[in-house]
Amino acid sequence: MVKVVTTLLLVLSIMSATVSAADPVVIGAYLPMTGNVAAYGQMGWEGVSLAKKVEPEVLGRPVDLKLADTKSDKVEAANAVSRLIEKDKVVAIIGEMISGNTIAGADFAERRKIPMVSPTATNPIVTQGKKFVFRVCFIDTDQGRVAAKLALNQLRAGTAALIYDISQDYSVTLADVFKKEFIQGGGKIVSETKFKSGDRDFTPQLSSMEGTKPDVIYAPIYYTECALVAKQASEMGLRAIILAGDGVQAPELTQLGGKAVEGLYFTAHFHRDMVSNERGKKFMELYEKEFQKNLDAFTAMGADAYFIILDAIRRAGSADPVKIRDALAATKDFEGVSGKISLKPDGNAVKAMVVNKVQNGKFVYVTTINP
Amino acid sequence: MLGAETVDYSFIIQQIVFGLTLGCLYSLIAIGYTMVYGVVRLINFAHGDLLMVAAYIAFFGIVMFHLPWPVVIFISVALTGLLGILIDRGAYKPLRKSPRISALITAIGVSFLLENLGLVVIGGRPKTFPPLWSVEKIIRVGDVRIPMLSVWVVAITAVLLVLVILVVHRSKIGMAMRALSRDMETVRLMGIDADRVISFTFVLGSSLAAAGGIMWCMKYPALEPFMGVIPGLKAFVAAVLGGIGSVGGAAIGGMALGLAEILIVAIEPQWSGYRDAIAFSILIIILLTRPTGIMGEELPD
Repeated sequence: MVKVVTTLLLVLSIMSATVSAADPVVIGAYLPMTGNVAAYGQMGWEGVSLAKKVEPEVLGRPVDLKLADTKSDKVEAANAVSRLIEKDKVVAIIGEMISGNTIAGADFAERRKIPMVSPTATNPIVTQGKKFVFRVCFIDTDQGRVAAKLALNQLRAGTAALIYDISQDYSVTLADVFKKEFIQGGGKIVSETKFKSGDRDFTPQLSSMEGTKPDVIYAPIYYTECALVAKQASEMGLRAIILAGDGVQAPELTQLGGKAVEGLYFTAHFHRDMVSNERGKKFMELYEKEFQKNLDAFTAMGADAYFIILDAIRRAGSADPVKIRDALAATKDFEGVSGKISLKPDGNAVKAMVVNKVQNGKFVYVTTINP
Repeated sequence: MLGAETVDYSFIIQQIVFGLTLGCLYSLIAIGYTMVYGVVRLINFAHGDLLMVAAYIAFFGIVMFHLPWPVVIFISVALTGLLGILIDRGAYKPLRKSPRISALITAIGVSFLLENLGLVVIGGRPKTFPPLWSVEKIIRVGDVRIPMLSVWVVAITAVLLVLVILVVHRSKIGMAMRALSRDMETVRLMGIDADRVISFTFVLGSSLAAAGGIMWCMKYPALEPFMGVIPGLKAFVAAVLGGIGSVGGAAIGGMALGLAEILIVAIEPQWSGYRDAIAFSILIIILLTRPTGIMGEELPD
């Protein structure tokens, strides 16, 4: 009997020893692979997977990536996070790509003390009052302000029309910030209309906007709706420059919008013309060789979220979630694919913003705005 | 603020143009709902997804096989009609004798199946429906812009509507359909193959949904697996509004809903966020006040 027990204990201890040697670091990613913003999730996942190819190991252990599809839905996002933490036992999470879903998922991660890094969620509420939630992008208070300044100074607009998505935290906040800043800068908001994500017909909203003859239309919305708004506006003869946010930087904007989105300006996280450091150049080369298309924002930001987590794990010297979180909060001047990123203890990032424009069916770099 | 001192007639007429276009699209789909309900007493919740299927067939026909437009439209309508029969034979026929709730739940199941099959096979990112140059033109009548597409939509809907009413009221199979909606047992006793008539109803309804679907994605060219959900629901509201079971009612309901949606939001832009709520409020009001709808007959005891 004693012999049996001792042998059993010996075998078990040998087994656990061999298991912990190749013990992977499990990192989760909850992304919208389907649904209204599927483009972001798929682009983000391309970035994360390619980043994993570039850096497949950390602290001598292989990285194991677990993907959960949020279906662009808040409820699914919360479920995805709980699944990643409870079932897959991840030590860090990448995601989500849009603010509304990140706000939904962040709560659980915060409670279970698992660090979360969002590539592109820009709404201030995402990190407010939380210790474990970070982002590698700018926030909407800055984005709205830059947009308002752009409208007033560069586009010389005296009047603006707002059209936004009331079902998205991102859109509501950004519209609000823009409105405040635009009015403060001496401009006038002549029309304010709304719609819900998934709406495809904007003719009544645009008709009521047309009567007010705005100089510029601010549409802080996602790519499908923006393309259709632009299309329907041009069909209606509504000639005003459209200004949008980072949510439109997907190929679908030009595919769906065609001629109607020519000359559209938008604030963004990234343009391949701004890549200046080693990591960025190497990553861009690898991406463009493998996928045969230009490196775009959501891919680059996804990769940066991955790289920054790995960097934090290295600096912490451990894959313990709390230590990872502390290392993340101390990130200074990290050279990411999309430029220099520093993270603050409040979870927000210090990162440059770019302004892009649609020209000849492509996204063209206009300028960088440094923090 | 609009409408305070002078009424801008061209604005109202412009909105009526848009509302009629949307209304025609709703009508085409609503007729399918109403016919199937009339004949088998089933709300075919998968009906809206037939719109999506037709749109994708048309899309692949043009983009992958480079077929000419008329051929693509014909194939799309035909295949969608066929799908309608398949759904009936596969999912609803076995439940003909079961309680109606079973068929209703099955219909929802078929709807989810179509949507998620589309998602898995085609993917979540929207595809752009290729533009047909001849409908991109815009006619100007004074201050009002009438898109050529709107003219086509209204014209085609009118023609299809007339055809359907002729079939339902003047043909033998139409008579069989009307008889079936009164009393299925007696019709079978009379020696009529009820299943054939039901299949025909599904084909007719599905073809109309297909026509509506193709025109829908010409107007709103973003194709995605769940694109049929909201139009399907709104068409259902239109069918109930007009009187479920009545083809004419479905047409009227569709127009009324389309016009209401567009006019209310255009006149009061601060309600633009409540656009879908308008449709569903109409549903609730109709069910509370006059559940048989505008053209519905009073229910027999």
